[in-house]
Amino acid sequence: MNRVSRVVPAAAILLAVALPYCALTLPGVFDSPFNSAGTLQTLTLCLIFAGLATGYDLLFGRTGMLSFGHALFFATGTYLTTILVTRAGWSLWAAAPVAILSAGALAAAVGAIALRTTGVAFAMVTLAFAQAGAIAISRNPGGVTGGSDGLSLDPARVPAALVGVANTVNLYWLALAYLVLVMAVVGRVLASPGGRVLTAIRDNEPRVRVLGVDTRYHKLAVFVLAAILAAGGGVVYAVAVGGASPRAASTDLTLSLLIMVVLGGTGTRWGPVLGAVVYVYLDQRLTDLASGATTADLPDWVRRIAGQPLLLLGTGFILLVYLAPGGLSRIRHRATRA
Amino acid sequence: MSGPTGQLLCVAGLTARAADRTLIDAVTFDVAAAGTTVLLGRNGAGKTTTMRAILGLAPTAGAVTGAVTLDGEPIHHLPTHARIRRGLGYVPEDRRVFPALTVAENLRLAEQSGIRPRYDLVYDLFPELSARAGQRAGTLSGGQQQMVAIGRALLRDNRLLLIDEPTKGLAPRVVTQVAAALERIATSVPILLVEQNLAVVRRLAGDVIVLTDGHLAYTGTTTQLLQEPGLTRSLLGVATSATATGAPS
Amino acid sequence: MSTLVLLTVTGLGLGALYFLVASGLSLVFGLADVLNFAHGLFLSVGAYAAWWATGRSGGTTVSGLAVALAFGAAAGTAAAVAVERIMIRPLYGRPAHQILATVGLSLAGVAAVQAAWGTDARSFRQPASTRNVWHIAGAAVPANRLVLIACAGIVLAALAALLRYSRFGLVVRAGVHDREMVTALGIDVRTSFTLVFALAGAAAGLAGGLGGIYFGAVSPDQGSALLIFAIIVVVVGGLGSITGTAVAAAAIGLFQQYVNYYALGLGDVCVIAVLAAVLLARRERVAGRVLA
Repeated sequence: MNRVSRVVPAAAILLAVALPYCALTLPGVFDSPFNSAGTLQTLTLCLIFAGLATGYDLLFGRTGMLSFGHALFFATGTYLTTILVTRAGWSLWAAAPVAILSAGALAAAVGAIALRTTGVAFAMVTLAFAQAGAIAISRNPGGVTGGSDGLSLDPARVPAALVGVANTVNLYWLALAYLVLVMAVVGRVLASPGGRVLTAIRDNEPRVRVLGVDTRYHKLAVFVLAAILAAGGGVVYAVAVGGASPRAASTDLTLSLLIMVVLGGTGTRWGPVLGAVVYVYLDQRLTDLASGATTADLPDWVRRIAGQPLLLLGTGFILLVYLAPGGLSRIRHRATRA
Repeated sequence: MSGPTGQLLCVAGLTARAADRTLIDAVTFDVAAAGTTVLLGRNGAGKTTTMRAILGLAPTAGAVTGAVTLDGEPIHHLPTHARIRRGLGYVPEDRRVFPALTVAENLRLAEQSGIRPRYDLVYDLFPELSARAGQRAGTLSGGQQQMVAIGRALLRDNRLLLIDEPTKGLAPRVVTQVAAALERIATSVPILLVEQNLAVVRRLAGDVIVLTDGHLAYTGTTTQLLQEPGLTRSLLGVATSATATGAPS
Repeated sequence: MSTLVLLTVTGLGLGALYFLVASGLSLVFGLADVLNFAHGLFLSVGAYAAWWATGRSGGTTVSGLAVALAFGAAAGTAAAVAVERIMIRPLYGRPAHQILATVGLSLAGVAAVQAAWGTDARSFRQPASTRNVWHIAGAAVPANRLVLIACAGIVLAALAALLRYSRFGLVVRAGVHDREMVTALGIDVRTSFTLVFALAGAAAGLAGGLGGIYFGAVSPDQGSALLIFAIIVVVVGGLGSITGTAVAAAAIGLFQQYVNYYALGLGDVCVIAVLAAVLLARRERVAGRVLA
């Protein structure tokens, strides 16, 4: 198994690196060749969310903390970066670290309060905080956030290599770099002694506490780390889509992350990645299907259902919870066990 | 195992696991249709686990194996409430009365449709409860709460009472009261009792089952066990004088 | 003075909505240990059912409105019972899966509503009398606020009576505190679960219709928006306690209105501050039921 588990990631990275140079088309899966802007944009989003999902899994799958407020930190990354660049005229290189560190500070504050609870109560509290953030953004204080219209990233302050359709491939590289970084960080954390504490906390927190370990410290540390990783994803996302929109702070986003992680398989290395790629891909494709010209002859109800990707995704997810709760990455495992 | 041997409750091969530990292992014993049977053992020996497993209140669902038969009828596949309805009365460790409900409401919960509730019996045994019927159970003393807990189990004409450490945490005078009440009850209904207080055990006599580390270690009668101080010391970690009378310790 | 009256009535009206949504949530979670993330869906079902009913009947009479509200409550009940029997029942004892399933349902449900009726708000037909203005202590109070408060008051009284005087209520009050002991008394708590879900669905469905009156329209995201505040009310008011929920709902509604008025619309955000304060003040864990 050792050889396989080394070959697979190497192959995956090789594939990911090779794709933008590949002029192949996978009909049905993608409308245009791999190295086209449209396909690359979809893949870029897949990679960003794969990184977000991996960070979220560190919280949920590895430490057992169900947070419904993860979007708050992602949104801090997108919005703060966009605001500093567009409204305050900062350069991207200056704005990004500030946004990420701010998210960390916010997570420390929120975590200090939320971690007074555990389990379902913790989930509810994080939800409340995220909602507060979402409301604050939509209220558009001082015209800073752009309210429900969102805010565009001023291209003048962004490195030229990341602007424009022709440079979509560079965004792809950026997203890939983000994913690799997240996976490396998460991998290091899990391999460290602190990482083993996290697994122990997930499995039986009272027992860990009885052993004299300060679980709240570990949980807070993980919470802040996951927030920082999410904010990093937010920065990349802002550059990739050209700005910030209220959707970034919505509860739906956190719930989507939860779905991705469960879909792919919690607590596994590749599960969240797999889940994110499948989810984002389906989300994009269904939306294209609903609005595409080529499918104009589809009956109205099909169009309507496709226009709401969450309907199919949510239903599919429900079925998954009942039939294959371990997620996609464990289906082979279940088949061999059963 | 069934009725012909005269045994009311038969427990065979009862094993309970939680996470990575085995709590009780292949525990097997019978409870007679009359008198008191006492489950003894040190702390953590598995007495409460055994009682809960008999009732289907396992630490984790599905982690209990073994057979439990009540008067010849297997009940180990039934959910807890169904087992209780077959005529089992349960007085749990720590009493577990509902604090926000009054004494009367606590008792009323134990009523079962189609069965006449024995308020006469309960209030005769515990006249204090009748006086405090409208009082919230949370404001009662430990001894009074114990009366409510026992009263709940007596309200129906149960075939067997399962009582877990009824004198735990009570003042000596109250212990005597509760023991006296149990003595009266034991004349009309069989009891499976978990108890640490050996003086109470001696008073109620009957059969003993001793558990050690989740295993069955000894079965016999109370008199037999308590007559041998060496035995009690090794099994229970307590030294008892063979000639001691029923004074509470 | 008139401002205070208006703020108070509006705040209580909002509180009324919160109470209706939160009461069901509180009972369900208190008794069955289920955090039903799809609770907002019951509200949406009730809202759109009531909206549809007002469309049918013309929606211009008070009796027509009452029927529509009842219809909404019934729709909410049906949805809740269906969800409990089909989705929640198979997952009892597996809280993690329950949460995931209800999360999926909440997303799919809102999407279904949007697919059917679009993402825009639909205006809610009301009889002209609800737009009347009553003059109380010099303030011009819209009648619909009072309708809300009255409805919530009736529901509160009915629920309290049910809990106090019925056997079902007895089982719920005991089960919220110690469910295992209730089963150890020979009671099958699961039948009570379905009933509690049904009650929650009815209250939420009614809230949906009333929300249509309050906001003048129904929209797909009303359920989730109200659900957040309902969750805060439940955490603040205490699980499984109807009176606690009522007091917390009123307090939060009032707080929100006053802060919104005096502090430039920061009321919503400040409610979160209330939550934080409550959690910081409470030493013991709040419903710290750990995921299995």
